[in-house]
Amino acid sequence: MSGAEAARRAFAPNWQGRAALAALAIYSVYAASQLDIGLERIWHGFSEAGAFLGRMVPPNFTRWQLLLDGMLESLQIAFISSAVGIVLSLPIALLAARNLMPWWVSAPARAFIGFCRSLHYVIVAILFVKAIGFGVLAGICALVVASIGFISKLFAEAIEEISPKQVEAVRATGAGFAAVLLYGVLPQVASRFVGFCIYQIDSNLRNSTMVGIVGAGGIGGTLFAAFKRFDYDFVAAILLVIIALIFAAELVATRVRAALR
Amino acid sequence: MTGHTGAALEIRGLSKAYVAGKPVLHGIDLEVEGQGITAVIGPSGTGKSTLIRCINRLVEPSAGEIRLHGQDLARLRGRSLRLARRRIGMVFQEYNLVERLTVMENVLSGRLGYVPLWRAWLRRYPSEDVARAFTLLDAVGLPEHATRRADALSGGQRQRVGIARALMQEPELLLADEPTSSLDPKTSVEIMELIATLCSEAGIPVIVNIHNVALARRFARRIVGMAGGRIVFDGPPEALEDSHLVDIYGGEEWL
Repeated sequence: MSGAEAARRAFAPNWQGRAALAALAIYSVYAASQLDIGLERIWHGFSEAGAFLGRMVPPNFTRWQLLLDGMLESLQIAFISSAVGIVLSLPIALLAARNLMPWWVSAPARAFIGFCRSLHYVIVAILFVKAIGFGVLAGICALVVASIGFISKLFAEAIEEISPKQVEAVRATGAGFAAVLLYGVLPQVASRFVGFCIYQIDSNLRNSTMVGIVGAGGIGGTLFAAFKRFDYDFVAAILLVIIALIFAAELVATRVRAALR
Repeated sequence: MTGHTGAALEIRGLSKAYVAGKPVLHGIDLEVEGQGITAVIGPSGTGKSTLIRCINRLVEPSAGEIRLHGQDLARLRGRSLRLARRRIGMVFQEYNLVERLTVMENVLSGRLGYVPLWRAWLRRYPSEDVARAFTLLDAVGLPEHATRRADALSGGQRQRVGIARALMQEPELLLADEPTSSLDPKTSVEIMELIATLCSEAGIPVIVNIHNVALARRFARRIVGMAGGRIVFDGPPEALEDSHLVDIYGGEEWL
């Protein structure tokens, strides 16, 4: 490179970025060839899907009692697990924030959060079903673990991003640690915390319809049984109700988030 | 209190090194009377801010004594440190208000060293504290702003809240770290005037770091010039000559 000319280049070429993009493209082609994905498979799949969808209409609501019971159970799982998860996440996140705690406190707390996040909630639900038996309790426990993993991680990160100046000013008044938390730290992160919680409630609502498939309570069990018995019209009814519920939850969540701003 | 006779604050041999072997403050000795404004001037990075922050221990001094009415602050830990901090008010360059709290909550946070935690949490402050907060808001010229959020205020208004918060502590000493550097010239004068008036009424000595030499001359009754982590000038504003400014800031072309 001739020095003077290179120094005046306005935009340096990003060779690492280009190499990474190329590698990604090559790997995608390779992976597709390994997995025998082709247009024929997709065409064939589409015609099967047509037949399957045909058997779903019209949705069958005659067993609405079963459907309603399952949905209510899912709702209860979602709300109880969100409530417990939120209450547990607050202290765990405070312990995990590296700007508030010494490393020997924050490191174990972060490890615990990482542990909660490492397994998918369905796998956690299977473990709880094996450990404490079929039913709602296993589903609640699984979603509590998932909630802790999500909320404490994001909340701890939010705490690490606060302005230290505001905290310093509160410390300078002679406030103790708890008062510094109350006046210097929490006001800066409270609205984000509420945002994470709403997101997690939303997500728990969806997840609570799923844990039933592995026997952890809720509408998922009913859904899975209907699939196995080829009651596709009942499956369609269940799916419609779940979609309606998630849409309603989304509407509420959007409203609340807008009000918080 | 023994304070208002003699020196309120006595600093002896204060040193601070953020990195071992590279001290920012070299054995500072300074006595501050129980009255009036002492302005500390000096170039950026010369340790003015460190000096002020060592006094209320936002920065840990490496060596030396800092005596406030006889009590050595440099040795304090835990609860006794917090009890000492509440005797020292502080005003910051960027106001450092808790933005999402209201003006009233910010002012009352000056009482956090005094009230029990549950009162602070539930906002059940003693009524005399709330009354005093209103009096201070009137005094700093923000009578109508108690319930507004701090982030809705202008810079000058925020600094007024910062002053009210510091005075809410009923401090024996007020530290001001570049209180006007983020403000326009007119607001700067108003803020300095406010600090001067309120503190002289309450008999609180003030130590203020300030970049603006003209403001320092106008409001301080004593000027301390620092350069390279040492005090190179100490005297009344009238005694501060151009030659001293050259000692403090270096160069002559800017004068």
